[in-house]
Amino acid sequence: MNVKKDFPIFNRKINEKEIIYLDNAATSQKPIEVIEIMNDFYKRENSNVHRGIYTLSEEATDFYEKAREKIAKFINANSNEIIFTKGTTESLNLLAYSLSEFLIRGDVILLTELEHHANLVPWQVMSKKKGLKLRFIPVDNEGNLVIDEKLFDNAKIVSISHVSNALGTLNDIKKIEELAHKNNAYFIIDAAQSISHLKIDVKELNADFIAFSGHKVFGPMGIGVLYGKKKFLDNMEPFIYGGDMISEVSLENSEWNDIPFKFEAGTQNVAGAIGLGKAIDYVNKLGIYNIEAYEKELTNHLIKKLSELKKIRIYRPNNISSIVSFNIENIHSHDIAQLLDEHGICVRAGNHCCMPLMNKLEINGTVRISLSVYNDKNDIDMLAEKLKIITEKFY
Amino acid sequence: MDIYSENIMDHYKDPRNFGSLKDCDIQYSDSNPLCGDKIKVELKIKDNKIYDIRYECEGCAINRASSSIISEELKGMELGKVIKLDADFVLNLLGIKLNSVRIKCALLSLRAVQKSVTKYLGEKNA
Repeated sequence: MNVKKDFPIFNRKINEKEIIYLDNAATSQKPIEVIEIMNDFYKRENSNVHRGIYTLSEEATDFYEKAREKIAKFINANSNEIIFTKGTTESLNLLAYSLSEFLIRGDVILLTELEHHANLVPWQVMSKKKGLKLRFIPVDNEGNLVIDEKLFDNAKIVSISHVSNALGTLNDIKKIEELAHKNNAYFIIDAAQSISHLKIDVKELNADFIAFSGHKVFGPMGIGVLYGKKKFLDNMEPFIYGGDMISEVSLENSEWNDIPFKFEAGTQNVAGAIGLGKAIDYVNKLGIYNIEAYEKELTNHLIKKLSELKKIRIYRPNNISSIVSFNIENIHSHDIAQLLDEHGICVRAGNHCCMPLMNKLEINGTVRISLSVYNDKNDIDMLAEKLKIITEKFY
Repeated sequence: MDIYSENIMDHYKDPRNFGSLKDCDIQYSDSNPLCGDKIKVELKIKDNKIYDIRYECEGCAINRASSSIISEELKGMELGKVIKLDADFVLNLLGIKLNSVRIKCALLSLRAVQKSVTKYLGEKNA
């Protein structure tokens, strides 16, 4: 794709080496136009949205709402179905809090053993509060979900990651959607790891809710999205209360504003939303299908190069996204990450916020390589070369 | 700077005092939940000093090498002195600079030994 030049961070050197950034599942780098549009907002339009009867505020509101429209179009939704949040974690917390109101003691929330803590802990808390049962779709030794229809019995909420952040598994979302809806459960997709890599069409996926973060799709940190079907959002209770989310307030009572504003209390991250809108423009410019094809080729090259290494154990789910996890026998993942840093290579090591998954696989962590549009075959060849040297050092 | 110096790799590959004691006076297990490093320390105490030390650890090279290096230094040390040791004691022995994340790996073994000694003294005085 040859787009490294669009990202100013790659002008920097670490340990006198050019940066090879392979931790895109943690966060993506930002293209120059995303950085600039946010600076411009603070220099030119900064004011609060939905409030002022003056030019600055009208412009800020206009930019904020245009960003919402861009995001809606990107995932084939309507603008009023796009709620701005802080990120995937807040989106999932909102759902856990608000949807649990509809559940009664004994109802089942179905998750998977692959989930990031963000799609586990909020449900744990709600299940304890309301006497709900948690059930998990199990995972096999390579990271594939073992889906059994019986698991969906009495499930009222099914919440799963589209792509596993730890092992890169691309889950069979269609099958899970069918089973969830057959059992009349709400179907939630944690799209944190798919939003910048795969086409997300909410109508095609038939998701009731989708959560993702802006910073993993070339946008800034501190802005994220919750998509929800209008018919559900209309009936849900807000998660945070305060200004802007109300339509009528007396000293004793309040009525809620329409969606999406009912879920956006208080001053919002306007610059962040505008930055995310610009990031979506950038993805559209490259083309999400082009990104998918490019990353697929790169992932295949990565797996091929890693497979040539000695003592390596690569996790190989049947369908894999652009994330590959591995271990080298008897070398701790943190040692590998630290030694790669000496060569300017950034990878993630450890449990990847998936402690239950690591326990199930009986490991204390993995080294995780997660790719993006600015990576190229040279990055992967350098990684493989350095891994070979590191392994030799330890044996 | 290469934190995986020859000395560190030597202790990592051939850790001294690794294993367990036949009859220890105190045993203590500790872990670093962030990275999953684990350690079990066993001490034999004589005349208020560490007479013998063994440990078994699971984790990164820094954790294992620091356990090995400090075990040699701690043998014969008075318990009162052991409790007062700080991070610099370990870092000086290792001879490397570590960032805030990896420093926890290096200090796990000393922390475990100090907790064992505190436990021992507590039980003795109880």
